[in-house]
Amino acid sequence: MSFVFYVLAALTLAGALAAVTLKNTVHCALALTVAFAGLALLYLELDAQFAGFAQILVYIGAVAILIVFAILLTKGSETPREGVYSRNSLAGLAIAASVFAVLGWAVIESARVLPNETAVPAVTVLQIGNALMGRYVLPLEIVALLLTAALIGAVIVAMHEKEETK
Amino acid sequence: MLMQSDLLLLSRLDFPMPPQAWIVRWLWLIPALPIAASGVISLLRQPRRKLSAGLAVGALSLSTLLSLAAFMHLLNTRELLLHFGFDATAREVVDFTWIQVGTSHVDLGWVLDPLSAVMLVMVSFVGLLIFIYSIGYMERDENFTRFFCFMSLFAGAMLGVVIANSLLLLFMCWELVGLTSYLLIGFWYQKPAAAAAAKKAFLTTRVGDVLFLLGMVWLYSQTGTLLFYKAGAGAIEPAALSALLAQHAGLGLTAAGAIGLLIFCGAAGKSGQFPLHVWLPDAMEGPTPVSALIHAATMVAAGVYLIARVYPLMAAGPCACGSTTALIVVTWVGAFTAVFAALIAVAQNDIKRILAYSTISQLGYMMAGLGMGGAAVGMFHLITHAFFKALLFLGAGSVIHGCHEEQDIRRMGGLRKAMPLTFLTYAIGMLALCGFPLLFSGFWSKDGILDAAKHWSVAKTPFYMLVFGALLTAFYMTRQVAYVFFGARRGKEPAHESPRVMTAPLGILAFFAMALGLMGTPAWPWFRAFIDGRALSFDWHGFLEPGLFALMGTSTLVVFLGLGLGWWLYGRQSPAPEEQDALEELAPMPWGWLRHRLYVDELYGVTVIAFYSWWARVADWLDRRVWGGAVAGVAWAFRGWAQFNRFLDTNWVDGGFDKGCEELASGGGLLSRVQNGRVQTYLRILAAGVVALVAILIWSSRP
Amino acid sequence: MTPLSGYLLVAALLFSIGLAGALTRRNAILVLIGIELMLNAANLNLIAFWRYGPHPEALTGMMFAIFSIAVAAAEAAVGLGLVIQIHRHARTTDLDKMNRMRG
Repeated sequence: MSFVFYVLAALTLAGALAAVTLKNTVHCALALTVAFAGLALLYLELDAQFAGFAQILVYIGAVAILIVFAILLTKGSETPREGVYSRNSLAGLAIAASVFAVLGWAVIESARVLPNETAVPAVTVLQIGNALMGRYVLPLEIVALLLTAALIGAVIVAMHEKEETK
Repeated sequence: MLMQSDLLLLSRLDFPMPPQAWIVRWLWLIPALPIAASGVISLLRQPRRKLSAGLAVGALSLSTLLSLAAFMHLLNTRELLLHFGFDATAREVVDFTWIQVGTSHVDLGWVLDPLSAVMLVMVSFVGLLIFIYSIGYMERDENFTRFFCFMSLFAGAMLGVVIANSLLLLFMCWELVGLTSYLLIGFWYQKPAAAAAAKKAFLTTRVGDVLFLLGMVWLYSQTGTLLFYKAGAGAIEPAALSALLAQHAGLGLTAAGAIGLLIFCGAAGKSGQFPLHVWLPDAMEGPTPVSALIHAATMVAAGVYLIARVYPLMAAGPCACGSTTALIVVTWVGAFTAVFAALIAVAQNDIKRILAYSTISQLGYMMAGLGMGGAAVGMFHLITHAFFKALLFLGAGSVIHGCHEEQDIRRMGGLRKAMPLTFLTYAIGMLALCGFPLLFSGFWSKDGILDAAKHWSVAKTPFYMLVFGALLTAFYMTRQVAYVFFGARRGKEPAHESPRVMTAPLGILAFFAMALGLMGTPAWPWFRAFIDGRALSFDWHGFLEPGLFALMGTSTLVVFLGLGLGWWLYGRQSPAPEEQDALEELAPMPWGWLRHRLYVDELYGVTVIAFYSWWARVADWLDRRVWGGAVAGVAWAFRGWAQFNRFLDTNWVDGGFDKGCEELASGGGLLSRVQNGRVQTYLRILAAGVVALVAILIWSSRP
Repeated sequence: MTPLSGYLLVAALLFSIGLAGALTRRNAILVLIGIELMLNAANLNLIAFWRYGPHPEALTGMMFAIFSIAVAAAEAAVGLGLVIQIHRHARTTDLDKMNRMRG
C-alpha cells in the first residue's frame, strides 16, 4: 500500500464520515464534496484520468451544487427538534456495520485470488471517444435519453404548482 | 288353518257310521251367526232400531233352528245306536289346527253330544224369547241398537262356550261372555252404580278366571292337548286321565284333583258360588232382559256347564268314600251357597235382588247336584231353572215396567188385578222355583238333586242343608209374591199390563216351566237317559224305588211349610212401606244381618279392596318416583350431555374457529405493521437482506 | 504498489458509511447523500477492477463507471426535485414524519 493511497483513502473516508455525521446539513454537503474530491484523486491514482475528471465535473460540479441548492430550498440547515438521527438509528447502524463486515469478509477471503497490478494502460481521450461512439454508442444514446427525461422530470416535479381554486 | 274333520264315535265297540252329517260340519254357524249379526249392528252408523232388532232376532232364530236340527240329528243317531244295542253316548267332533308353530300346534274344535245339544237348544231358545221380550222392554231406550249388538254378541259367545271341544276355545268364549256381561251390566253407564257393578262383576269373575287359566295351563303341560275329545287322546279321555292320576300335586291331591279344583274356581266365579258371589246381586243394575238372559238362564249356568263338561276329570280316581276330592269340594261349596244365598234372599226388598240371590242359591243346588249325582242331575236342574228363572225375571221386568220403573217391593202391591197375565205366569214360575209337587218342572229337577244327596256316600249333611234351603226358597218367594201381587196398592200411580210382545214370551216360558218336568220323572227319566246314553222305557215302577216316596213327601212337606209360613207372615196383611217387615218384628237382629247380606261385601271392602288400594298406591308411587324418576334421570342425563355438547361446540369448536380467525386477523395486523410507511425502515430491511444474501453466496462459494 | 484488496476495502467501507448515513439520518437529503456515496463506492470498485483486471485496454470498466456517473447525476436531479416538492407539501423533510404510506 503506497503512502499516497493511504492519504487519499483517509481523505475520502473522512469526508464520507463527516458527510453522514455532521449536524448541519450544509456542512454535510460540503464534506460530501471533499469525499468526491478524494474519490477523483483515487481515480487518478488508478490511472483512470478521464473518470477522475468526469467525477470532478459531474459530481462536484453538479451533484454537490444540486444538493446544496436542495438543502437551502428545504430549510435543511435547521436542526430538527428530535435530533438528526432517525428512530431506531442504531438498528440502521448495526445493519450497515454488518454489511461492511460481510463485504470485508468477502474481500479478505478472496484476497488470494485477486489479480496483481499490471502495466499502466495507455488510455487516451481519443480511445475513449472512439469507444463511446463505436462500441458504446447505444448506451450513450440511452443515457442521453435518460438525461433528457431526468431533466424534464426534475423540472416538472420541482415546479411550483399553480394555485388551485378549491 | 287346516280343516280336518274327524268322525269320532265314543261307543264301546267300533261301529261303522255313515259320513259326518252336514249339521255337525256346520255346527260352528250356531255361534257365528249371532256374532256376525252383532258385528253388522256395530257397524251401522245411525241407530236403526228395526234393523238391529231384526238382525239379532233373525240370527238367533236361525241358530235356534240349527240347534234343533242338531238335536234331531242326535236323537236319530241315538235311536240308531240303541237299536243296534250300543251305548248311545254319540259324540261327533270336528277339530282344526288354529296355530302351528314348528311341529307343535294348537287345536280347536267343536263337539256335538247330548250335553252340548240340550244346552244349545236351551240357550238359543230362551235367548230368542228374551230378545223378543227386549224389543218391547227397551222400546223407549235410546241405546236400543247398542243393546242388541251386545246381546247378540253375548248369545254368540255363550253358544261358543257350549259347543267348544277345546278348553282353550271354551276359555276364549268364556272371556267373551264375561266381557259382554260387563258391557251389559254397565249398559246405563251414566249411572255410577251401574258402572261400579260392571267393574265388580268383571273383577270378581276375573279372580276365578285366573285360577281357571292356571288349571288350563297345568292340564296342557301334563297332557299335551287342550282338546276334550280327540280319538282317545283328548285331555279328559281315559288315557290322559290315568296319566294325571299318576301325578301327585301335594296336599294329598293328584294332578287330576288339583286341576279339577282350579277349574272349579273359574266355575265358582262365573256361577256366583260363595265367596265369589258378590257380583251377582249388583249385576241387577243392568236392564232386566240382561238379568234374565245372562244372570239367570245362561252365563251363570256356564260354570255348571263347564263342570259337567269336564266331569270325567272331576270324577277321576275316586277314593274309598266313593267320590273324589274335587267333587266333594264342589258339593260342599254348592250346598253352603244354596243355604247362604237363600237366607239373604229372605231379607231383601228389591224385586230383582231377591231373584238374584235366588239364582245364586239355585246355582248352589246345581253344583251340589253335579257333585253328588253326576252331570245329568245337575244339568236337568240347570235346564229347568233356566226356563223358570228367565220367566221370573221377565215377569219382574214386566212388573217394573208396569209400575213405572219402581223396583222396591214395599212400594208395589195388588198387581194381581192390574196385571193378570203377568201374575199368572209369575205364579207359575214361582211355584216351579219352589218345587211345587208334580205339575212343575222345578219339583222334579230339585228332587233329582235331593235324591242324589240322600244317597251320597260321603256325608248326609248336604241333604239337610238342601232341604232347609228348599224351605227358605218357598218362604222368600211367597214373601215376594205376597208383597208384589197381593194386598193393597202401595204405589203412587196405577199399574198397567205390559204389551203383547212382552207377555207372549212369558207365556211360552211358563208352558215350558211346567212341561219340562215330564222329561225327568222317575217313571220316564228321559233327560238322564239322553245325557248318559242309555236306553229308556216308560215304566211306572220307577216310582217304586225305595225311599222315593219318602223323599217326595219330604220335599212336598217342606214346600208347603215354606209357603204356609210365608203366607201367614205376609199374605194376610199388607204393610205400608215405612212399616217394619213382619219377620223383622220377630227377630230384628238376624233380620239386620240378612238385610246387610251377612256383611260379605263389607268384609271384602276392608280386606281385599283395602289391600288392593294400598297396592295400587304403592304401584303408583313406584311408577311415579322410581320408574318415572329413572326416566327423568335419563332425560336429565341427556340434557346435561346436550348442554355439555353445546358448551363444547360453542366454546371449543366455534370458539376455536373464532380464535383462529382472530389470530389470523391480528397476525395480519401485526404483519401490516411492518409497513410503517417509513422509507428508512424499508431500506434497513433491504440492507439486512443484502447482508444475508451475500453471506450465503460467500459461504457457498468457499472452496 | 497497492493491492486490489485495499481499494476494495476502501470501497466497502465507503459503501457502508453511505449506507449508514442513508439508514440513520432523519433528513431526506442526507439519505440522498448516502445514496451518492454508495454509488461512488460502486464506481470505485469498478475502476479498481478495471485497472487490476486482465484487459484494461478494453476500457470496459471505465466506460461503465462513466455511464454510472451520468446516471447518478440524473437520478440525483430527479430525487432532489422530489424532495423539494415533498418539502413544499409536507413542510418538512423529516423522514420519520412521512408515513402516509403506512399499511
